[in-house]
Amino acid sequence: MSAILNRGIFLKMTVAGGAGLALGLDLRGDAAAKGQAAVFSPNAYIAITPDGLVTVQVSKSEMGQGVMTGLPMTIAEELDYPYERMRIEQSPAGPEYYDPVSRSQQTNGSTTTPHMTDPMRKMGATARAMLLAAAAQKWGVPAAGLVTKGDGTVSDPATGRAASYGELALLAALQPVPADVKLKTPDRFRVIGQPKRRIDIPLKVNGRARYGMDVKVPGMLYASVQKPAVFGGKVVDFDATEALKVKGVKKVVQITSGVAVLADNTWSAMQGRFKLKVRYDDGKWANLSSDQIFAEAEKLANSPGAVAKHTGDADAAMKRPDVKVVAATYRGPYVAHAAMEPVNATAWVHDGIVEVWGPIQTQTAAQNVAAKIAGVPVEKVAVTTTFLGGAFGRKNETDPVEDAVEASMKAGAPVKVVYSREDDTQHDFYRSANTSVFSGAVDSTGKIVAYKLHNVNTSQFKRRAPQSMANGVDPSLVGSTVVVYELPNVHAEYTYHDLPIPTGFWRAPSTNWNSFATEVFIDELAHAAGKDPYEFRRMNIKDPRALRALDAAAEKAGWGKPLPPGVHRGIAITVLSNSIAANVVEASFSGKSVKVHRVVIATDVGMIINPAIVEAQARSSVNYGLSATLMGKIAIEKGRVVQNNFYDAPVLRHNQAPSIEVILMPPGPVAYGTGEHCTSAVGPALVNAYFAATGKRVRSLPFNDALNA
Amino acid sequence: MISVNINGEQHELDVAPEMPLLWAIRDVVGLTGTKFGCGVAECGCCTVHLDGNAVRSCSTSCANAHGKQVTTIDVAGQKGEHKAIVARLQEAWIVEQVPQCGYCQSGQIMQAAALLAKTPKPTDEQINTTMAGNICRCGAYQSIHAAIKRAAGVTA
Repeated sequence: MSAILNRGIFLKMTVAGGAGLALGLDLRGDAAAKGQAAVFSPNAYIAITPDGLVTVQVSKSEMGQGVMTGLPMTIAEELDYPYERMRIEQSPAGPEYYDPVSRSQQTNGSTTTPHMTDPMRKMGATARAMLLAAAAQKWGVPAAGLVTKGDGTVSDPATGRAASYGELALLAALQPVPADVKLKTPDRFRVIGQPKRRIDIPLKVNGRARYGMDVKVPGMLYASVQKPAVFGGKVVDFDATEALKVKGVKKVVQITSGVAVLADNTWSAMQGRFKLKVRYDDGKWANLSSDQIFAEAEKLANSPGAVAKHTGDADAAMKRPDVKVVAATYRGPYVAHAAMEPVNATAWVHDGIVEVWGPIQTQTAAQNVAAKIAGVPVEKVAVTTTFLGGAFGRKNETDPVEDAVEASMKAGAPVKVVYSREDDTQHDFYRSANTSVFSGAVDSTGKIVAYKLHNVNTSQFKRRAPQSMANGVDPSLVGSTVVVYELPNVHAEYTYHDLPIPTGFWRAPSTNWNSFATEVFIDELAHAAGKDPYEFRRMNIKDPRALRALDAAAEKAGWGKPLPPGVHRGIAITVLSNSIAANVVEASFSGKSVKVHRVVIATDVGMIINPAIVEAQARSSVNYGLSATLMGKIAIEKGRVVQNNFYDAPVLRHNQAPSIEVILMPPGPVAYGTGEHCTSAVGPALVNAYFAATGKRVRSLPFNDALNA
Repeated sequence: MISVNINGEQHELDVAPEMPLLWAIRDVVGLTGTKFGCGVAECGCCTVHLDGNAVRSCSTSCANAHGKQVTTIDVAGQKGEHKAIVARLQEAWIVEQVPQCGYCQSGQIMQAAALLAKTPKPTDEQINTTMAGNICRCGAYQSIHAAIKRAAGVTA
């Protein structure tokens, strides 16, 4: 592998870290550069050299969620070594860096912290045990009497002797690897739970952080790819005569996804692309529209679907004389990810190998697809992960890697494929449009006695993991709709809507829609029961962590206390895997405009690795969820996306961001995900606040469109 | 030939005069701290200082930069017209731990520097208005706001 990597570009950054100590980020991840001749490296993640430098490999992609800080903190904790003195590197791609649960290198679904925390801690503890064994051997004493104090030394309290990890490194490498190591109990944590500063931030305030967009390889061409605008369309032929006349344009090549214009700079590639004359076969979806999609979905939602969950007898419960029945249909549009860094990737196919650089969430998938296209074994594909300028699920997809590999093969040169913002908007893998039909019943005491739903969407699982669509049911449906509440009688159905519009994971997959529909419907049930929305939720939730988070948010927000004139409150709760968020939104509504003033959110992520990052992710998620709720919409007309850029696909801006107060719930024994779950409760709470203000229920998104309807 | 001073160095650029300054800075000169986000002056990622004023380099042609001074984030804390302000902002950005993905932050800081150069003690409303053109999809807005106030020495 190093032979491949040595030929690649060298993107090395070294910065002065805290306390004047060198902290390096080697985004190439070249193992050969680390001085393997003399190193204690008990596993692929930790290397300690005799000079005392501890280098940690981060196998997960840094997209702003803080893995490059959080993961090394967990190693530092058990290694008993100062986090601030570590050298932290983005790892290369390869089996030794596979996620232990997914058996693939990928960063998604809020899985990094839950999947990696214990393995990383064990690796740190193993290295520490071997350093203790080395000191014991050196001094001829039992290891059991030796201690570490978090400063990178082993010491012997009996004699006062001490040795640094560097001094012990080579002897440690000769020690047997212990089969089992004991992890610290939380009361002994020195690193976990501390608001450590992120290691990537100094690079991100002076322009030195390198993103995929910044990759430059000698001889590289910049590519802009013209793709059929109509989903399912194909290029018939093209005329590049005028494109090739544009200054800087070098080549025009056809690739599977479209026509790539290659130039010696990005702008020339884009200009050349405007001059292309392309004929398309629009295919069978050329007249597809959002209106048609929602009309079809509504029909499907009111026809029998695949049964996702059936407990008790909801139909019988709804016929009881002592209950009130509620029915409602909720609709959500396609939503784009719109990361700040448009989609891009760089590839160079040469000499029987493939080199790929980019902002990549799924290294293994990138390796596999590049190997397949180039016809080389997977181990001949080197993937260098840069910083990701936002991802939110979009950079799970390998489309830019496929384009770049193909274009590099055709051009015989390294190629960087850059999506314009318009490409990014019109060729996303969207959060699916959703239509959800709910009905339910409450009894006179305020208990939910029946709960029925039928959800229709184009599940991302069918394309990405078809085996998980057991019995035709989107696997995310049940788990993310009915986890918090005690529901004796449930009937849930799902129908896959077969459409050509690509769908993919979008921050807080599944709950980002399901929690919206669920939490608005719960509010409708509360109203039917004549109960306060907060009290109604309390009555129907048993899970103690959920109740505690709900109470914390309600208390801090002053639920039930008077508000300034014109300001109204709504409440909602969401669970993603084991991470819980409850929030209260305060907003005012004037005619067709809305102002969100304040969001109080309680987040329970189990064990808290870095509270500053958990808090930042909560605020980030609230803003992301609020943006989608208020204005997130991709509309389809004539088989293609209507929106182009931020002027017609708006996102939340600085002046629209509310005050956000984050409550970190007391930590638990197990670490769960932190980067996504807080996305999903702000939307329904806003709609519920609107109901409190006006008595009107908004059941379709985006909210701004509903207000202006 | 476009003649432009970028970060204190004179460059003679053989580019089309209508090429946006952004691409000359990034692809021709090779300074990548300034980011591409939208290409139509909607997001602010590409903000640089042109003779001391914050401009969107994706929508400023090289012809319009001819004969002028450009400062980019790559040196802005050390050189250029508002270097002391930028340095204060960068420090505040670190204290407030503002960046998440970080991609928009070059533009945020360059925009904030232009604000503080004209309005050393901005009100919340002035910050909101001035920063509304700079999108952050990680939603670090509250931290950006706090960091600007910290750099300006404005309390609550």
